[in-house]
Amino acid sequence: MTMTPTPTLPPGETKAERVRASTSMFDPTIMRRAVGDSFVKLNPRHLMRNPVMFVVEVGSVLTTVLFFTDLSSASTSENVFAALVAAFLWFTVLFANFAEAVAEGRGKAQADTLRKTRSETMANRRRADGALEEVPGTQLDLGDEVVVVAGEVIPSDGDVVEGIASIDESAITGESAPVIREAGGDRSAVTGGTRVLSDRIVVRITARPGETFIDRMIALVEGSERQKTPNEIALNILLAGLTIIFLLATVSLQPFSIYANAEQSVVVLVALLVCLIPTTIGGLLSAIGIAGMDRLVRRNVLAMSGRAVEAAGDVNTLLLDKTGTITFGARQAAEFRPAPGVSEQDLADAALLSSLADETPEGRSILELAEQRYGLAPREVPGADLVAFTAQTRMSGLDYEGHSIRKGAADSVRRWVEEHGGTVPIELMDEVDAISGLGGTPLVVASRNGAAAKALGVIYLKDTVKPGMKERFDELRKMGIRTVMVTGDNPITARVIAAEAGVDDFIAEATPEEKMAYIKKEQAGSRLVAMTGDGTNDAPALAQADVGVAMNTGTQAAKEAGNMVDLDSDPTKLIDIVEIGKQLLITRGSLTTFSIANDVAKYFAIVPAMFLTVFPQLDRINIMNLSTPRSAILSAVIFNALIIVLLIPLALRGVKFVPSGAAQLLRRNILIYGVGGIIAPFIGIKLIDMLVTALGVK
Amino acid sequence: MSAAAWAQLAFLIVLLAIAIPRLGGYMAKVYGDGSAPGDRLFLPVERAIYRWCRVDPEREQRWTVYAFSVLAFSVVGLLLLYAMQRLQTVLPFNPTHAPRVGEALSFNTATSFVTNTNWQSYSPESTLSNFTQMVGLTVQNFVSAAAGMAVMAALIRGLARRRSDTVGNFWVDLTRTTLRILIPIAFVGALVYVCAGVVQNLHGFDVVKTLEGRSQVIPGGPSASQEAIKMLGTNGGGFFNVNSAHPLSNPNGFSDLFGLFFILLIPVSLTYTYGKMVGEQRQGWVLLAVMVVIWALVVGLTTMFELNGNPKLTAAGANQATTTSQPGGNLEGKDVRFGTPASAAWCASTTGTSNGSVNSMHDSYTPLGGMMCMIHMKLGEISPGGVGVGLNGMLVLALLAVFIAGLMVGRTPEYLGKKIQATEVKLVVLYILAMPVAVLIGTAVAIVTPSVLNGSVSNPGPHGFSEVLYAFTSAGNNNGSAFAGITANTQFMNIALGIAMLIGRYFLIIPTLALAGALARKDKVPASAGTFPTDTPLFAGLLFGVIVVVAGLTFFPALALGPIVEQLGI
Repeated sequence: MTMTPTPTLPPGETKAERVRASTSMFDPTIMRRAVGDSFVKLNPRHLMRNPVMFVVEVGSVLTTVLFFTDLSSASTSENVFAALVAAFLWFTVLFANFAEAVAEGRGKAQADTLRKTRSETMANRRRADGALEEVPGTQLDLGDEVVVVAGEVIPSDGDVVEGIASIDESAITGESAPVIREAGGDRSAVTGGTRVLSDRIVVRITARPGETFIDRMIALVEGSERQKTPNEIALNILLAGLTIIFLLATVSLQPFSIYANAEQSVVVLVALLVCLIPTTIGGLLSAIGIAGMDRLVRRNVLAMSGRAVEAAGDVNTLLLDKTGTITFGARQAAEFRPAPGVSEQDLADAALLSSLADETPEGRSILELAEQRYGLAPREVPGADLVAFTAQTRMSGLDYEGHSIRKGAADSVRRWVEEHGGTVPIELMDEVDAISGLGGTPLVVASRNGAAAKALGVIYLKDTVKPGMKERFDELRKMGIRTVMVTGDNPITARVIAAEAGVDDFIAEATPEEKMAYIKKEQAGSRLVAMTGDGTNDAPALAQADVGVAMNTGTQAAKEAGNMVDLDSDPTKLIDIVEIGKQLLITRGSLTTFSIANDVAKYFAIVPAMFLTVFPQLDRINIMNLSTPRSAILSAVIFNALIIVLLIPLALRGVKFVPSGAAQLLRRNILIYGVGGIIAPFIGIKLIDMLVTALGVK
Repeated sequence: MSAAAWAQLAFLIVLLAIAIPRLGGYMAKVYGDGSAPGDRLFLPVERAIYRWCRVDPEREQRWTVYAFSVLAFSVVGLLLLYAMQRLQTVLPFNPTHAPRVGEALSFNTATSFVTNTNWQSYSPESTLSNFTQMVGLTVQNFVSAAAGMAVMAALIRGLARRRSDTVGNFWVDLTRTTLRILIPIAFVGALVYVCAGVVQNLHGFDVVKTLEGRSQVIPGGPSASQEAIKMLGTNGGGFFNVNSAHPLSNPNGFSDLFGLFFILLIPVSLTYTYGKMVGEQRQGWVLLAVMVVIWALVVGLTTMFELNGNPKLTAAGANQATTTSQPGGNLEGKDVRFGTPASAAWCASTTGTSNGSVNSMHDSYTPLGGMMCMIHMKLGEISPGGVGVGLNGMLVLALLAVFIAGLMVGRTPEYLGKKIQATEVKLVVLYILAMPVAVLIGTAVAIVTPSVLNGSVSNPGPHGFSEVLYAFTSAGNNNGSAFAGITANTQFMNIALGIAMLIGRYFLIIPTLALAGALARKDKVPASAGTFPTDTPLFAGLLFGVIVVVAGLTFFPALALGPIVEQLGI
């Protein structure tokens, strides 16, 4: 498994956000398009999918028809009332459509750009005889081999089978720094639509026409294949059930009214019904879902299904790769521990010299430490032979003017010292053991100046936990999520890092099989597991996990196995994904609660108004003191429509999510959306009533 | 309220507090898999019954088979009870020579007792023979209550089990409930009632000469034994027409208090049984807390409205205060032996438990006092509800509350580790829909039917509306109490109310069992800090809010046109 080190970012902020934040949800072009779409979406076949809004549409049609049929027989004030009710019922539907259209808007704009890339690409296909033929990129099929040279766009997804090239993936990831792709290994996957910047590669196509990554991405951002997620389906059932209950309450009210000699007009009954059924959440439900997916896209994560996003909110266990996620990609020098009789300064100097040839991150960290703590700058050593690290010697260093300096694994250096007539002091070997015991990597430094070799001391290399990780894990724990560190390190090393990072558990010396076994064990206990991965051997585990986030730098197999792809290849983002999933569910729940709580006030507005003529005493439950029965009913209808518009930003942005325990979240949200949902409409309806009355509606 | 009234309430609560863990724990053992107290006595009897009925007690049922068993049992009960009434003239034990019962009334009465409603469109002492009362009604008093508790046991098992296809065996649950819970407790209760002075004989009418020299007819019969199970099984069908207001049914303050205790005993104790069976006692306490709060609110408000008395009398200068020489409050339709607070407490308890027995005439309550009793039923009979079915209703509403608010913690809602998803929500919605259908549609149809307007409703205006609304609320919730004042023994009302009772029973039981099946199949998600807590005061508050808001939103317009308008119009 390989992990591409990523630059550190402050928690909660990702590269993608900075790159893409420019396209706002409320961009004027998007808004214009959304207004048009709101009318297109009036098509009953579209609205049928949403029982609540469909009922509103039927009500709108009914009141409109009644307005026209009664136009001549009714009084002016009756006509004005019927017209206004009908108009605001239509607005209710339009506002709901608008919410959905705005949510879709950004994705559609993005899809248009992507589509352009796809259709314009031509490919040089290599025939069996080796000759090249030019075909449109959309005609490529599985197994075709294409040649792509510098400056050309890769026509479809595939694996590099020949050559190495630097590639600009900004069309997909928004990241402008080029990446290297080469034949063989875990970095062979290329994506259609990206551009080769240098060299020439041969790519074997791995995607069927119309099923490429870009195709899927277009479908995703556009929401054309959006299917309702499990929780959304359940919520829709509840909303449909509530709609039926209120339909019952409204329909049965007419016989009650007839008994009371207060027969109601159909317009009033429809107005009551629409006010009672959960239009607020019904109208915003799909916008919330689309916006949730869009929030992921903004963070450069492509979720292959809404189900996965929801599952992310439910996750109980996070499997996080140690390297690159919890710790920086490489081990870093933390200390120089000299052997008896050697000064720290001398050891640092020798370590510095021995690392001049060391291009690895470990080597560079030694130079940094020497410079920072001992003021030793890297310097040219004239006439020195740099000895590079090899798998056989397991040492690096340099030779100059009869001097030799070596740095490497303890046993290798020890052998070198002993071969050259020296001994390694027992204290030094104790130090080596101590560092190993702490999970660090000890590198022994030795030198030889003509005479016997001499061990100078140990460099303590250790894995450094990224700043802020411990705090994030604490937050996750508060949210009830266990974090599990996955590492190839031995158990001792793993334990030390795990304790330092504050994870709940770790898998040491992890093989893909072990990772898989761990996931299955968690799932057997009914826990949902999320993980990231990029290698081909991660694919089974990615497929098994409930949320599998594949890195875009990973292999094609990994990307296909996971249900999300992170275009930034930043494994830390798994935590963000979980938060986005939770936020999505919270937004739905909060607006459902708000929507139902709103009804209390609407009853107090409408019911007294309906029967005031027959039972004047009902004015005592007109606690908002609304001016006339008509203004009361109208105000409730207007409030009902406007609240949808007012809540669009909240639905799209999502309810503010503060990582905390369920009990705290619940208390907070019940207070805001439950209690607030009861109070807000009393104020809103009263204000609208004052306005409506001032405008002369009686 | 007088000190005596407070003392009575306090005594009632102490009695219940003592009983809850004991009876609740015992019932958990009855429904559990292990041994239970009294095995040596009961097991042989049970085995004999199983052998005789060819039931394999070891064989558990899927929810579908369980539901089929409940329905089959009910249909047989229904037919038997119908036949018994139609044939009572040729059957034994008919000392009063009660005539053959009409078709519609027989249907209504049979439905009423099989559904544990015990709505009585008739005057029992003059309509039914002792045979019909004892072999028909009293048997159903036991087994209809037991059937409700069996369904509850299945639902609890659904919540407690994981990855299980079965939810128990109906025949076993039915037998054990009747044999180990209802019969022993009812037996003790009947003895207590006899000691308190309730009639227990097999006589017909005794005609006696009073001190004034006039003759009076005194009905006899097995009253005490029926009284005990009437309370215990939240049946409520009285041996006498005026039910527990009859001096031979409820002779004094002690029998009144004992009756209240017996009404509430099993429903409240079942919350403990529930906690025990799911292994989280706090879950049971939370449900009990919500039940008690609602019950206390209804008792308090009803008492308050009734003690305030009739505003018209107040305006006329009448003193309605409670003093040592007068019981106080709105006394119309109340028995001076009990007074206003004890009547209001009974009214609240009987409507909250689907019991339906009355010790005062609810029709004569102040509009708002009567409305409280009506609301108590409209909440779905869950505070604490009928035996078994009350807890079912509370659990279904808990699932609803969990689903509405559970999303607010950012996870798929869970109750006791069971994910509440589309299937469960669908069943919860079906459950919640059934009762409003029965009540609202029933009332809507009845209130514009000429035979009802001209024959059944005697009071015009909002009060007449309240009477019809109350009748269908009572039938649709399987309560059985009556607002009286209405003539229920008509072809239309007998059939319409019969249908409402059937909907209120089986369209609730079937989704409940389906829920039990769906939940049993699920695995349990282990609890964590991110789990929606359902054993906290916060959840109790939320559940309370959901119960009140859902019922309020469904019934507010109807209540506004009935009691609210009436009260505001006085």
